[in-house]
Amino acid sequence: MKIKTIKRSSDDYVPVKNTQESQLPRNLNPELHPFERAREYTKALNATKLERMFAQPFVGQFGHGHRDGVYAIAKNYNNLNKLASASGDGVIKYWNMSTRQEYASFKAHYGLVTGLCVSPQSLTKNKTENYMLSCGDDKTIKLWSVNNDDFSNVRNDDELNTNGLIKTFDGEHAFQGLDHHRTKPTFVTGGAQIQLWTSERSKPLTNLSWGADNVTNVKFNQNETDILASTGSDNSIVLYDLRTNSPTQKIVQTMRTNAICWNPMEAFNFVIGNEDHNAYYYDMRNMSRALNVYKDHVAAVMDVDFSPTGDEVVTASYDKTIRIYKSNQGHSREIYHTKRMQHVFQAKFSMDSKFIISGSDDGNVRLWRSKASERSNVKSTRERNKLEYDEKLKDRFRHMPEIRRISKHRHVPIVIKKAQEIKKIELDSLKRREMNERRTAKNKPFVPERRKQIVGTVFKYEDKRPKRREEEEDVESD
Amino acid sequence: MAPTEKRVRKTRDNQDRFERPGQFDKKERKRTKDRKLKANLKRLDKEYAQTVSDAAATDYLLPESSGYLEAEDEMEKTFKVRQSEIVGGVDVSTANKALDLKLNEFGPYYVNYSRTGTHMLLSGRKGHVASMDWRKGELRAELFLNETCHAATFLQSEQFFAVAQKKYTFIYDHEGVELHRLKQHIDVRHLEFLPYHYLLATAGETGWLKYQDVSTGALVSETRTKLGPTTAMTQNPWNAVMHLGHSNGTVTLWSPSMPDPLARILSARGPINSIAIDRSGYYMATTGKDKSLKIWDIRNFQELHSVENLPTPGTNVSISDTGLLAVSRGPHVTLWKDALKRGNAAKPCFGSMGGKSDRNTPYMSHLFAGNKVNNMKFVPFEDLLGIGHESGMTNLVIPGAGEANYDALEINPYETAKQRQEQEVRSLLDKLPADTITLDPNSLGMVDKTASSTRLSAKELSEITIGAEKQKKKNMDIPGVDVDTKSKNSGLRSFLRKKTRNVIDERKMRVQAQLDKEKALRQRKVKVQHNEISEDHKDLVGEALGRFS
Repeated sequence: MKIKTIKRSSDDYVPVKNTQESQLPRNLNPELHPFERAREYTKALNATKLERMFAQPFVGQFGHGHRDGVYAIAKNYNNLNKLASASGDGVIKYWNMSTRQEYASFKAHYGLVTGLCVSPQSLTKNKTENYMLSCGDDKTIKLWSVNNDDFSNVRNDDELNTNGLIKTFDGEHAFQGLDHHRTKPTFVTGGAQIQLWTSERSKPLTNLSWGADNVTNVKFNQNETDILASTGSDNSIVLYDLRTNSPTQKIVQTMRTNAICWNPMEAFNFVIGNEDHNAYYYDMRNMSRALNVYKDHVAAVMDVDFSPTGDEVVTASYDKTIRIYKSNQGHSREIYHTKRMQHVFQAKFSMDSKFIISGSDDGNVRLWRSKASERSNVKSTRERNKLEYDEKLKDRFRHMPEIRRISKHRHVPIVIKKAQEIKKIELDSLKRREMNERRTAKNKPFVPERRKQIVGTVFKYEDKRPKRREEEEDVESD
Repeated sequence: MAPTEKRVRKTRDNQDRFERPGQFDKKERKRTKDRKLKANLKRLDKEYAQTVSDAAATDYLLPESSGYLEAEDEMEKTFKVRQSEIVGGVDVSTANKALDLKLNEFGPYYVNYSRTGTHMLLSGRKGHVASMDWRKGELRAELFLNETCHAATFLQSEQFFAVAQKKYTFIYDHEGVELHRLKQHIDVRHLEFLPYHYLLATAGETGWLKYQDVSTGALVSETRTKLGPTTAMTQNPWNAVMHLGHSNGTVTLWSPSMPDPLARILSARGPINSIAIDRSGYYMATTGKDKSLKIWDIRNFQELHSVENLPTPGTNVSISDTGLLAVSRGPHVTLWKDALKRGNAAKPCFGSMGGKSDRNTPYMSHLFAGNKVNNMKFVPFEDLLGIGHESGMTNLVIPGAGEANYDALEINPYETAKQRQEQEVRSLLDKLPADTITLDPNSLGMVDKTASSTRLSAKELSEITIGAEKQKKKNMDIPGVDVDTKSKNSGLRSFLRKKTRNVIDERKMRVQAQLDKEKALRQRKVKVQHNEISEDHKDLVGEALGRFS
């Protein structure tokens, strides 16, 4: 007779010393883990609740802010904790994001500063210096050196500053929008016309304008560095190619575009913020339709910015809120607002995509977390594993009614809530009317939501998809 | 740079044990038009397949192997091996676990183990209750209650236990201090604790099934079974459904959120003595006073095996983690292997059956001479069967009864006090709501395809509801006159009886008139049959005077 019983020596399982970790053998047989799904659901529900409990999006404001509204914010693409902001009274401030204090503050222009950008470090002589370009309503573009000691003795914000000023370019018209080329020492300005400048010459190299009376915004592609997008006051978006010095495509929408941002990961895609409360995601290869429409705002979208990973989009709006969208979803995953924040004109992701910087009419530059419940402290492996596990669970059960309700719930200001309700009624009635029209009129075409905003494109796109009906007919005739 | 290594996904032969039910059909995925959804589902399916394959791969790495008792030749029979031979044949540590407590005064004893298997709870019918760490031989609490004790169970850990006493049920802590008297649980004979829901379920002489939430102290639900005293009770560890046995031979399945049983199974022709369910929740075994032993597949409520003629009625039945079936009859304990399989060869039989090889002869058996088994429980994670009897308790060594490899993050027999405390907090956070107990524990998070709201379109649904109302309005639901039925069976009669509300309204009058008409027609038919009147007879007088009636 062969006999064997379970022989489990406690020496193998019980730690001998206090400092020793005890053995934790696993057995993944599902029979040993009853109620697997129910328990995971409970964990997901708890994680969702905790996420909302820990949601604290607002980190703080930068210094004491500006005296006038903040209408331009420029990221330093080479430096995680530097940021420039400019306000309506012509003052530029350069910030240290870690301490949220200013490195420098000086009056750069008479009147509004309309464009600001920090030029790439790789173009400077020893590759450690930083230069900043600003343009304003006073028909000048100024090139600044922004190293710490340059502005140490500037105390007066009332007179134009000359410390650190390297060069002034004089133009013939007020400028609107400014962007620097990623690899070449050239930059482009908007305004009455689009002009291409180089830092060596005081006159513009070329004039690129096509059609618009006034160009409100210009943006270089950061990957395909010679591609340039501009928005005009005639509701147009125009793309230029600097290699041929010519425009490549122009579309006209129903309302004006306020901001453009290129996707940092997918070079051919860009997002625009529109006056019609929506942001649109376009593919420059086929602009006959939007790839995605970001809805939810109840006033014009003033600024859009991609996270450095290209996964998320932040929008600033005239309705005094900031919203964050996943780039492949149509509705916002997050809304930020405070009591004192007025119309938001600028919103940017920080270069590590963990923070969002907003500039608003009330003159404050604010720092937000891009994930409201995330904390930036160093985490132990166990803590990180737990957070990752919770994240996965939340994702898995996100459609469950209770979890969806909790994760979507946000307190929004009553003004916005009311506006949302009114907007919904308006849109519903429009939709109803359109449906009724289509029911009675025979040839009324169906216009998808992604094409509705487009009035026209200059170069028509051919539909290269095979037309099924014709093919079938061919087969039949054969 | 080395090319990124693609993980190889193997289909392993033990993989189906790790598959989860309710996976998405591949064909269905191909039918979906939404491309984003399609891509997402495809990725999910891939991840799932990878996970199952990986989990199956860990099976080879398990540190322990389960026990066995095997005959070396044809002549040897495993059921003839005595406990003394087994204890002599195994290693010392196992032999030490073959506990045999002689407690002659307060018996018969009811024995129960904690979920980790480290602690044993003894309760003697005459009021002796003891909680002990039986492996170390340390007594934790000992109580002499001076009243009848019927059952006892540990709660979430060995720190608390509940005892069903003469009238009330009490909760004690690890030192034996009385914490609660559950005054709503009266005349309890059976106690079960649902660890994931923190519910204490009780049933007994009153015929009520009551659930008490031991974390909040609230009485979650109480249902009247309407079937008299509950004779047996056990929980299905897979879905937390309570199985109750009754004196009319039915087994009813209960969930705290439902006032009626989820299912009724007629399993014996006499009272049910005992019920056991295996840990996968697939099989149920019952013994009845009618000397029957039945094994059910409770996924589809089909009988697998039925043994109708045990020599004496089976008093207790139990199923081990590895699927061994133990049945006790008076002083006898008999165990079968593979009794939960389909087919005639798996049907439990007694004796060697004349050497027929295709019969499931007992795996082991034991006799408590001059004694009687009161209850029995397999010890979790050990090759032991704890038996409570008239004169104490005995641990029988049953090789191959226990799960060899425990999962320390689920139930850890070697946990420290610190680990136990942390585990308790964690399990409280993950406590499942009582109303989620259903027959299929994986129904959570699924779309109910049988719900009428998804099965029927809105139009169909409204037609049904409006149609029913319309029918009522037009009195179309009143059955027609049927002369051929007997008056007792008349559809009109039962319809009238159903609608009885002691209100005489137009509708009721109409039904009554119909009934009268039916009666008259029936009487006329009888007269025709008896040739009292001709078939085309017209009662002219009645017709003429009918207007005055």
